[in-house]
Order: sequence, then C-alpha cells, then structure tokens
Amino acid sequence: MKTAINKEELTKKLDDLHNQYPSLNDITPFTGANTLTPYLADPIAKHTRKLCDSIEDAVRKCGLKNGMTISFHHAFREGDKVINRVVSVLSDMGFKNLTLAPSSLLSCNSALIPYIESGVITKIYTSGLRGKLADAISHGIMDNPVHIHSHGGRVKLIQSGEINIDVAFLAASTADELGNANGVSGKSQCGSLGYAMVDAQFAKKVVVLTEEIVQYPNNPGSLRQDQVDYIVKVDEVGDPSKISVGAARITSNPRELMIARYAADVIEHSGYFKEGFSMQTGSGASSTAATRFLESKMRAKNITASFALGGITASIVDLFEKGLIKRLLDTQSFDGTAGQSLGRNKDHIEISTNTYANPASKGASCDELDVVILSALEIDLDFNVNVLTGSDGVMRGASGGHCDTAAAANLTIVVAPLIRSRIPTVIKQVTTVVTPGESIDVIVTDHGIAVNPKRPEIAERLSEAGLPVMTIEELYNRAVSLTGEPKPIEFEDKIVGIVHYRDGSIIDVVRQVKDY
Amino acid sequence: MKKPRRSMLFIPGANAAMLSTSFVYKPDSIMFDLEDAVSVKEKDSARLLVAQTLQLPIYKQSGIETVVRINALNTPYGLKDLEAVVRAGVEVVRLPMTNSADDIHELEAHVERIEKECGRPVGSTKLMAAVESALGVVNAVSIATSSPRLMGIALAAFDYLVDMQTERGDGTELFYARCAVLHAARVGKIDAFDVVYGNVNDDEGFIKEATFAKKLGFNGKSLINPRQIDLLHNIYAPTAKELDYAKKVVAAAEEGEKAGLGVISLNGKMIDAPIITRAQSIIELAKYSGVRREN
Repeated sequence: MKTAINKEELTKKLDDLHNQYPSLNDITPFTGANTLTPYLADPIAKHTRKLCDSIEDAVRKCGLKNGMTISFHHAFREGDKVINRVVSVLSDMGFKNLTLAPSSLLSCNSALIPYIESGVITKIYTSGLRGKLADAISHGIMDNPVHIHSHGGRVKLIQSGEINIDVAFLAASTADELGNANGVSGKSQCGSLGYAMVDAQFAKKVVVLTEEIVQYPNNPGSLRQDQVDYIVKVDEVGDPSKISVGAARITSNPRELMIARYAADVIEHSGYFKEGFSMQTGSGASSTAATRFLESKMRAKNITASFALGGITASIVDLFEKGLIKRLLDTQSFDGTAGQSLGRNKDHIEISTNTYANPASKGASCDELDVVILSALEIDLDFNVNVLTGSDGVMRGASGGHCDTAAAANLTIVVAPLIRSRIPTVIKQVTTVVTPGESIDVIVTDHGIAVNPKRPEIAERLSEAGLPVMTIEELYNRAVSLTGEPKPIEFEDKIVGIVHYRDGSIIDVVRQVKDY
Repeated sequence: MKKPRRSMLFIPGANAAMLSTSFVYKPDSIMFDLEDAVSVKEKDSARLLVAQTLQLPIYKQSGIETVVRINALNTPYGLKDLEAVVRAGVEVVRLPMTNSADDIHELEAHVERIEKECGRPVGSTKLMAAVESALGVVNAVSIATSSPRLMGIALAAFDYLVDMQTERGDGTELFYARCAVLHAARVGKIDAFDVVYGNVNDDEGFIKEATFAKKLGFNGKSLINPRQIDLLHNIYAPTAKELDYAKKVVAAAEEGEKAGLGVISLNGKMIDAPIITRAQSIIELAKYSGVRREN
C-alpha cells in the first residue's frame, strides 16, 4: 500500500539517528498505519476478526499443539456443557498428551474418562474430583498423579509457572465481537466469572465460547476485550439449573439444621459477632442453613455485616437484600438467585479468584474475613481437615477455598455430622490433609462443639454461653462408642493424587485405593 | 417437679442410623417404634436393633426417657418385642390400640413375669397406653387408672378418626377425644400426650395445634420429626413475664414464711398455695426450656 511518508527521506533520517546514537540498535522504519492492525483496513474483518466458525477453527488459530495445557472454568458446576465438548473436539482433531487445568471438575465430567484412556489427556490440575471420574483416577487410571489445588492456590500455581496455560476455553452466556463477556446476561447465566477472570488474565491464548454475540460494548466485561483472542458461538454453554445440584443445596434435614443452629450460636458468642463483621458460609448444607439462623441474631443485636465473601448463595443474597450485609464479593454464584443478584445489584461485586484468595496476590479478600464456615469429610484429633477423599479412600470432594479461607479468617468454623451413616467423621488421623489443623478454630457437630486448644478464649466464651463444648478427644470417643473403631483403609503404593497447599507446597498425597 | 414430658420423638426401629444418633435432638422422651413404622419383613431386625440401642448408656446420660412401642400382643410379634425390650432395660412400654383396662392388665402380667425372669426390679418397667379407637376413648378413665405402672396416656388420631368415620380437619373432629383422654389422665394422675402433627413442613400449623393442646392441658405431644422439638419446647417455655412474676411470687412466699405470716400478698393480691405451686413449677420448667422466644 502507498503511504504518505517519503521512504527515502525516512531512511536518511534513520541513518542519521543511528550514526549519532550508535547504541540505538532496533530501529524499525514506519511501513504503514495498519501494519500491526491490518484488519482495521478491512471493514468486515474489523468487526469479525476474533469470530471463529467453530471450536476447531479457534483451536487451529490458537496454534494448540500436543503436550500443551488447556484450561476451563467450572462456574456451571454440574451443568457445564463446555469442558467435555471441547475435549471431545480436541480428541477428534487428533491431539494427544494434553494437560487439563480447569478450575475444578465435577461428576458431569465422567465423560472425560475415555479421553484419559486414549491419551488425549495425560495430566490434570483441578480443585476437586467427583463421581466416576474421581473413582477411575483413584483406581489408578492415569500415569501421572492428579494435582489438587485450592482456588487461591491455583492462581499461585499459574503465577509461578507450574500451571502454564496455553489455551483457555471460557464459557460465557454473552460476549461482544471483541470478547467482552459476562455470565449475568443472555440465556444460560452462571453469574460470577471469578474463576475464568484468572485464565483470561494469564493464559497465552483465550477463547470465549458464548451463546450470544451482543452489541459492542458488552457490560459488564468480566472477561475483557484486551484479554480475549477468539470467540466461538455455540448453542449451549451450560445449564444454570444444575449449578446448585450437589454441593450447594438448601436442607430440610433436621440434623444439618441442628448443626447450622449450633454454628450460628458459635458465631454469636465467639467474640467476632460485632457491627461490621464479615463472613463466608460456603456451599455445604449446614453452612448455607446457618445463614438463616444468623438473620434473627443480627436483627436482635442490631448488627450488620460489612461483606460476605466467596461462593454466594440465595440465603446470603436474601440477607444482603434485607440490608443485613452491605456488600457481596462473589467469585462463584452458587445458584440462580445469586447470579441474578450479581447482574442487578451494584454492591454485589464480581471478583476473580486472584482477588478472592491467592496468597501471592497483592491483596486477597479472604484476608479481611472475620468468620468462615467450612465443611469436612474427616477431621482428626489434631484438627486437620480432609475435604477430598471419602472414608473409602476414593476422591469425592474438592479443596475449593477451604485452606485459603481457613488460613485467613479470624474464626474458622468447620461443620460436619459426627457420624455419617455408620462412619465417624472425627477420627484419629485424616485420610488426606487438605487444610492443616493450625488453621481450624472450632469444630461443630450434632453431638457437640470442639475448640482448638490454641483458642482457649473462644472455648471459654462458648462454654459461658451454655453451648455443648467438648474436647476433640471426647467427640472422637463418642463417635467410636457408637460405631466402633473404623479399620484403616488399605491403599496400593502408587500415588494417584498430589495435594497442594495454597502456597503451592505439597501437604499430602493420595494413593491408589485397593480393590478386593 | 418431675422432669417434663413435652416431646416424645418417634424413631423407626429399623433405621440403624437414626437409632444411633437420635439422642442429639434432646427430646424429653424417644419412642422407638416396632409397630407401624416397621415393615413385616423387618420386624425381627428392628427388635434386635432397638434392644441393642436400649443398652447404649448415652440415652440415660443424655437424660432422655426411652419408650418402645411394641406390636399389639395379639400379633405374632408383640410378646417377642416385650421380651426383648424389657430385658434390654426400656423405661416405658407403649401399648398400641388400648381399648380397655384388661389390655393393660394382660400387658402388666407379662411384664412382671419378664422382670422376675431377668432379674429386673418388679415394677421398674413403666407402661403407657395409646388410645386409638372410639372404645378406647370411652374407656379412657378405666384405662388411665388401671395400673400403678402407667405413666401416661396418648391419643392417636389416625385409627381413631377412621373408627369415627371422619378425617383430620380443624381439630373439631378430635375435640371430644382430646378432652376425654385428658380428663382420664388427670383422674389417673398420669401424663397426657396429644396426637402427631403429620405435615412436617408446616411449622405454622404445628405451632397452632400444639399451642391449642397445651392450652387444653396436655403435658406434651408425639412428634415425627426432630425439627418439631424446638418449636414444641418453645411453646411450653414460660414467657419472660410469667417467669418474672413466678420469681416474685416465690420470693414473697419465702419472705412471708420467714415472717410467719398466715396470709401472703404481692402487689395487694393474696397469694395462696396453688399460686405458689404453679409459680414453682414455672421456675422449674424454665430450667429445662429457658424463656420463650417470641417470633
């Protein structure tokens, strides 16, 4: 293309420049207004340059190669329609030896098993595993151990380069032609894109999969135009009705409600229940229900919370909309109500998991937490918590924000029934340590409450309030008096899982379960 | 004052998980059911499970009275149930479908024999009659006065209403039976238990019915869901105002006694023995249930 600049004159000027300043080496002469941006000269390409015809098209443009790392977010939880589909496409395209690094995997991802068997996926980083996929990996289906990380720890692993995302495939209900995308408009809304915001920031190539291309500029731009490389329109990114299936649910179970009531009582009398306190209640049945019991206590004492953090549920939104919580910091919307509130309320704020809980970030919101209520599969006499492996040794849970918030909050409460069916929850030694006991302050069960001996002041306050405070040993003795001493689980020697603490260090490993 | 019997929680005898943990809900009494809640094919296993559960020290440690509803003695299971639970140390045996004092006498004779056989103190097993028919309601007084072992009488609505050719409604259909059973209990100086409220998701309806039963004079109610325990105990809890007045009455009575006064008054009103007794029982009850939360 002809330019208005005289080439000969420019060459002379640059020669002079070089002669006068020999240290200036990399001098590039101007060659045209759109050398770097040729699409600007093309009225069609200008608006369509990022749009791809298909997932295959986007994959080719990204230059994905065997052995690279791909990532996804799991905000749709059991309703995700992207992870399995993209992996299936990559398999059809002949890719092998990929590292799968989604923010987490759930039961719906059992469809990935054949791709592990065929060598399409050979390495996995995830917060958790459930269902048949978890079962297969626990039985040694993979040659490499699966890496388990927390939500905050995942960002740390990405920053340190251990997880090196080549292509991120990120689902969003709407996106515009430059890639501004969110989960609060359009058909299949998942609410916060907190997990995906991290991938959009750090991945080398970012592909947004969306159901609807909307007019520019899409607002909010949870994933930003300056982060997105390609956009693919797909029929469906997820089924929002399945977000609250599984982990996040509302209970009518009397035992879970009883634990929830105790947890709310613990908060009330802990010394942290003051005007402007902050909290996270997670997605477990009892912790979700505890929010409801907190409401009457907050009203009675005329207390409002400054913010609620984390996975946001309908119960939390309810308190927020009643004016009892001032702001919501939302990295994952656990149900439709939370997602809609995020789209509607300016003080319901979407935050990335980097902002939420990365220990290496310049400021993590979890550091500001007063109270967090967390769940547990097992708790041991040293207060260590397992949220990953079941009593059969099979992986069936997720690290999530457990160790992140436990380490950061002023008061970390773990809620669990003392006995599940015939299996004790409080045991001598947890099958897998996910969160170290030093981060845990109070254990709340249906049989009583145990306080970590390093927090005697809390034990004293709870006892004074008439709550059933016991030692952890008493809880253990109660459990085994009802169930008998559980036999230890037998494992093979092979390590099938590596559990990372939030700082990237390794806190435990998971071994292959023994079949009988 | 004796420990109150406000809540009697039904636990299906065949559910091992519930048997091993139901004490955590802290009802006043737990009734392990071997009758309607257990299918025919599980009758034997339920009996074994309940007998094992009765031997756990935890129920006694938690201060919960253990009750077992056995199958009727004219079924193939009734006597086997009785043999097992009396030997296992049950505190109260609940007899379903009690129609007359003879039913209690028959049960009592078996219990006494078993107590002697297993070395349990004779008379240590208490009995409870469930009235579930028109005949039982009409015979309530003779049933309630039939044995010194009897600690209570309960009205059970389901079979009774079928017998009466009507169905559950606003409570009118149960009014006579409630009054009859309650009067019989007072004549026999035993406790009276109101019917189960079946819709466990209707807290408002439960509170309305339980408040009504309490007003009539029932000691407590049979419950089928632990979620109802706290609601019920709150209904039976004295209000802060009632407790405050009761404390003043007792203080005035004590002062009067010290001063050797024959007639005691508080705020210009005479306080006599029944008022003092009632005040003492309110203070006692508050020890168990605290002060009523107003919702």
